Amino acid sequence: MEQVLLGLAALVLSGLAALVLQRAAKLAALVATGGAVLGSAIALVPVLRALTGGEAPSLHAAWSVPYGSLSLELDALSALFAGIVLVLSPLAWIQGVGRLVALEGKRSLGPPLFFQNLLAASMVLVVIARNGVLFLLAWEVMFTASFFLVTFHDDDESVRDAGWTYLVATHLGTAFLFGLFVLLGAGSQSFDFDRLAAAPHTPVATGLAFVFALVGFGTKAGFVPLHSWLPGAYPAAPHHVTAVLSGAMSKMGIYGIARFLTLLGPPPAWWGWVLVGVGLTSGLFGIISALAQKDLKRFLGFSSIENVGVVALGLGVGVIGQATGHPVVAVMGHGGALLHVINHAMMKGLLFLSAGSIADATGTREMEKQGGLLKRMPRTGSAFLVGAVAISALPPLNGFASELLIYLGAAREATLGSTSTAVHGLAVIGALALMGGLAAAAFTRVSGAILLGEPRTDAVGRASEPSLLAGAPIFVLAAACLALGLGAQVVLEAIAPALSLVRASLGFATGPLAYVVVASCALLLLVALLATLRLALLSGRRVEAAGTWDCGYVRPTARIQYTASSFAQPLVELFSGALRTRRSTVLPAGIFPKEASHATETPDALTEEVYRPVFTAIRSALVRLHGLQGGRLQVYVLYIALTLLFLLIFQL
Amino acid sequence: MGFIEILLVLVIVTDLALLGASRINSCIRFAAAQGILLGVLTLVSGAEGHTLRGIALAIVSAGVKGVLFPALMTRAIREARVRREIEPVVGYTTSVLVGVASLAVSLWISSRLPLVRPAASTLVVPTAFTTILVGLFLILSRKKALNQVTGYLVLENGIYSFGVALVEAPFLVELGVLLDVFVAVFVMGITIFHINRTFDRIDTDLLSSLKD
Repeated sequence: MEQVLLGLAALVLSGLAALVLQRAAKLAALVATGGAVLGSAIALVPVLRALTGGEAPSLHAAWSVPYGSLSLELDALSALFAGIVLVLSPLAWIQGVGRLVALEGKRSLGPPLFFQNLLAASMVLVVIARNGVLFLLAWEVMFTASFFLVTFHDDDESVRDAGWTYLVATHLGTAFLFGLFVLLGAGSQSFDFDRLAAAPHTPVATGLAFVFALVGFGTKAGFVPLHSWLPGAYPAAPHHVTAVLSGAMSKMGIYGIARFLTLLGPPPAWWGWVLVGVGLTSGLFGIISALAQKDLKRFLGFSSIENVGVVALGLGVGVIGQATGHPVVAVMGHGGALLHVINHAMMKGLLFLSAGSIADATGTREMEKQGGLLKRMPRTGSAFLVGAVAISALPPLNGFASELLIYLGAAREATLGSTSTAVHGLAVIGALALMGGLAAAAFTRVSGAILLGEPRTDAVGRASEPSLLAGAPIFVLAAACLALGLGAQVVLEAIAPALSLVRASLGFATGPLAYVVVASCALLLLVALLATLRLALLSGRRVEAAGTWDCGYVRPTARIQYTASSFAQPLVELFSGALRTRRSTVLPAGIFPKEASHATETPDALTEEVYRPVFTAIRSALVRLHGLQGGRLQVYVLYIALTLLFLLIFQL
Repeated sequence: MGFIEILLVLVIVTDLALLGASRINSCIRFAAAQGILLGVLTLVSGAEGHTLRGIALAIVSAGVKGVLFPALMTRAIREARVRREIEPVVGYTTSVLVGVASLAVSLWISSRLPLVRPAASTLVVPTAFTTILVGLFLILSRKKALNQVTGYLVLENGIYSFGVALVEAPFLVELGVLLDVFVAVFVMGITIFHINRTFDRIDTDLLSSLKD
């Protein structure tokens, strides 16, 4: 445990040093990022030891804060999430160094460097805290650090708006967490987790606690309908920060739910239904909304919502397995969910980092303006493709393994014999299948629009590969995606202690994964074989290159290409009821039409249709209170006088 | 009716006169008279009255409130060259009626207020409350910063009379209150000067243009 704390201290202190040294931007970036790498490496050693079944180190110390104590523990579940943070964040910070240093002179770089390290340290503290007060403290520090990173480009009004929404949404979520701890800790002397778990609770209180946890943590994870901050905050943050927000920070919400599932005792079946309902809505809504997006990072943000939906589906299957006493189903559901957490962290990190490199190189996040980048940025482009394949849950990459486990769990659940589990399992299978298909379509669309074809603007045409420093983390993450796909069986065995379930039934889950590994290797071999065959066939022949989408035109332009919007149009039409896409069309008129245009925009439907009207109503109700602050001295004194008089007469 | 009651009734009369006065100068004079009345009240009331401490307190408070503050304020009026009318938010007649109403409220409050030890006179508590309420009302209903200073003085007079006639007046506390008032008048004098310089008038409602 001391080693973990030493690592966290290195993170925070190097961040502080960067704050002091911010005049020398390069030095500050070196110190902060070096500290992040070093601190993460130091902390990662005990984390990996705890993850693979070693003794769970813990630390208890008194704390003068009411209900608080400095209780820390690094069990396997904590270690799994801490590991994600400690691997992903240093990689992202390394990728971001160049981006930040390029802003030298325009912005002070101390704060972002400091908050980056603070964010990583606070996330680790969140997962090792074992006291409610300490947990909430770490949770708030995590929010504060991420808030200042999200609003880094605060000269842009949309960024300020996104930050504001993030602030409000997060605090509403945190209010539920306060409720959760008060509910569980009522009557107890401290909010230590083991006391919360040991205290007897009525089923109603436990159920309410579960709902509070789902809402409070679900806001951070980005479950629909609590996701409204996410499509704004992800694009607003600097590119490498978004990778960590999506890859690691949203997983803190999942951690909270998983942790409270272990604390609240044996779950009743309805929790599983709720989780599946949440997963179904998040997954489908997320991926359908993603299909209609044009901003690359906004698209990836909606895809994150889909993926936390997949995790929720897995947890739901696991909970049903626990509730009905089928450890095999439970281990497959929970195992699939946790495996997907790791996988999603790696592949979404990879996608956001490579998308960041692409956005840096082309100067735009609009996918409709890009194109032909696979030729200009072959390494980053291929890495993006790897991520796209992985997140579409296609073998041999890692997304396939985790979703397959959830499928298998749901299938086994569906065949248990009772009607309710059959409905439940089939709903999960149907949802996963639909989400998988739509995800594949969405990522085909994005990859096609930005990587293939011809560049649609001059800036995109001049794009080139990023520096080695910015490229290396992307490569590492792509390799991790492949390794996690091929080594899914090993990884699941390693994280088994985190499932806190009988190891005996693990064989049912790892067995199918072994076949996956064999099939994946065969697939890779086949691809290699076909590539060799192609090389052999082409050798000795003349290979000609022509413009993409040339189509025999004399003077083709890049604008005649099939666009991302055209690709998605049939699907977007199909789901137009849920998407609420806004169109503005000027039709060509007359024999010689002068102008014609068509534009679509798809804001977050739930934000526009539900939250905006509600919050506008609240605002207009509260605006009347503005009259109280009239700015007249006399009126203020009157308030004081009336209050004092009231208190005096009230007391008599 | 003893001497002390006569003094207290005179204090109430000055309260009402302050509410009805239409010129700044007369306002200042009434406030000064009230200050001197309270000094005398210190002398005649309670055990504190005839010790050296009591006499010193009476002289200091009467001197500061009856002579020093009025002089300061008269000077401020001269320097600021403001119009001598008060321009109240609430009219003079209404103000006097409010004063009478606050007297009634004070009488009711004093009948319900549990006291630790009996007061020197049954009129002490109502007088103190009336003076406090009238001071607050003056602050509320007058626009000119100078009137608000007099309102503040009257408010303090109320608190002072409460303390002198009721509590075994701790000398230090009284001096502390006096010092408070002195600093307040001083600060307000500076504020008046600045409001005047910025807006060419000393109406505090102009300050509302400073709000966000």
